[in-house]
Amino acid sequence: MIERNAAPRKIVDLLVKVLSSFAALIGIFFLGWILLVVVQKGSAAINWEFFTALPAPPGIEGGGVANALVGTLIITIIATVLGVPIGALAGVYLSEFGRSTRFGALVRFNINVLMGVPSIIVGLFVYTMLVKPVQHFSGYAGAVSLAIIMLPVVARTTEDMLTLVPNALRESALALGAPRWKVTLNVVFRAAKSGMITGTLLAVARISGETAPLLFTALNSPFWPESLAQPMANLTVTIFNYAMSPFAVWQQIAWGASLIIMAAVLALNLLARVGMSGGRK
Amino acid sequence: MSEITMETNQVNDRSIDLSAPDDQVRFITKVPDRPRDMEPQTIVEPKISVRNLDFYYGSYRALKGNDLDIAANKVTAIIGPSGCGKSTHIRVYNRIYELYREQRASGEVILDGENILAPRYDLIKLRKKVGMIFQKPTPFPMTVFDNVAYGLKLHYKMSRGELAARVEKALRDAALWAEVKDKLNEPGTALSGGQQQRLVIARAIAVQPEVLLMDEPTSAIDPVATAKIEELVEQLKEQYTIVIVTHNMQQAARISDYTAFFYEGEIVEFGPTKTIFTKPAKKQTEDYITGRFG
Repeated sequence: MIERNAAPRKIVDLLVKVLSSFAALIGIFFLGWILLVVVQKGSAAINWEFFTALPAPPGIEGGGVANALVGTLIITIIATVLGVPIGALAGVYLSEFGRSTRFGALVRFNINVLMGVPSIIVGLFVYTMLVKPVQHFSGYAGAVSLAIIMLPVVARTTEDMLTLVPNALRESALALGAPRWKVTLNVVFRAAKSGMITGTLLAVARISGETAPLLFTALNSPFWPESLAQPMANLTVTIFNYAMSPFAVWQQIAWGASLIIMAAVLALNLLARVGMSGGRK
Repeated sequence: MSEITMETNQVNDRSIDLSAPDDQVRFITKVPDRPRDMEPQTIVEPKISVRNLDFYYGSYRALKGNDLDIAANKVTAIIGPSGCGKSTHIRVYNRIYELYREQRASGEVILDGENILAPRYDLIKLRKKVGMIFQKPTPFPMTVFDNVAYGLKLHYKMSRGELAARVEKALRDAALWAEVKDKLNEPGTALSGGQQQRLVIARAIAVQPEVLLMDEPTSAIDPVATAKIEELVEQLKEQYTIVIVTHNMQQAARISDYTAFFYEGEIVEFGPTKTIFTKPAKKQTEDYITGRFG
């Protein structure tokens, strides 16, 4: 038996350490760069008018994205109201009732597939179902497409969070004579609360940046949102349109809108993180 | 070989502290034919009668034709090596196994004259009557007070005052009141492991069950807390019929009136604890109790 030389192992160890640190730095570097550029270019566009005024016609100075802010808020809220309860209930089914059933496995597989469907396809689907038949774009079509994108994310996080709740807790509640629905509602939900809230917030963050599905559904509008049945202004499509336009004023507004969305998504993520650590106590 | 057995046996004797005379306790010297009076005594008017109970995990048969009588207001200990079906057996008494689709039981478990395994038997009624304590303390994610009130609110309608009085009574009966009376609004999970287990006992006895099933209730907590729970079991048996699964032979000897020895899903031997621990009828029981296997 010959003793192995330790030097090669130490070199490999050092190499792995350096390479992985470098890879991590690259990730942070690009995130930092994006943040820096968006803040730099976006902050110049942000002023009182930006938040309060309607878009100005091309070539005219000023104008804001007030209608798009309100529109995005409306679409996101409706999508959340539609997507979260259905997603959460599907997650409850998967974890509590259909965990080891064939139907449960089928639903779980479908949810995984739905999660992988590109958002533009979801947009096209809603376009064919809700836009084409009525011959015009609408706010509710936008909300529905975002809800569809949200649904599998909420379902899976709910399922994951509920599955983490130990069975011993369910058993002790059942052993007291509690019916299954009460066990789920009073005990399992309580134990998984912070995780479920976090999952929902992350799902909201995810959809608030979606553009492709809105292009086919809510489109955009230069006016205040008046009816859900009409095309509705929203930030992401505004960014898309303005950034592609030849007008410097519009391009700057696109940067401003980008900054707003980025800040909102960041805030939601931070909130989710706070919820996470709060639940661990 | 026999010398080694004597040694083990003596160690057990000291820790078991049975009141039997010394020469009787050292049973290890081979007795070929056991006298008739050492057969397990039959239990008159049992609280629970198990007849021909089989249990399956999928296609695996975990219990084989169990017959057992549980005496009312006594402590019955279930002992045996890991995986022998002890927990499986008591999990039939409140049909908690039904949470898992692949598990099923056949045979009869007669509680107060009714077969609880009959599909028509009301599960909620059963579980109100038969409480259960698990291996790991399972406080619900709510306050100490709400933990104990949870079962009460499920089964009874009452005023706030009465609820508070019942919660206090349950906590007193579980020997926990003095330690938590100033912490009623703190989360149940903030208590120590031993306190949590007594909280769970308080929660179970608050709904006034008739039978308490304990599935290794002290295996996840420290010795001091274990002693407290054993003391508690001693007091609780005046009001409840207790069935306790334990890995700890000394514990079985200390706190139980009857003992059933399980091995590979079968009940090898059942009888008064003293008999089982001093003059077991079966070689397997003797081997297990003296620590030769398991």
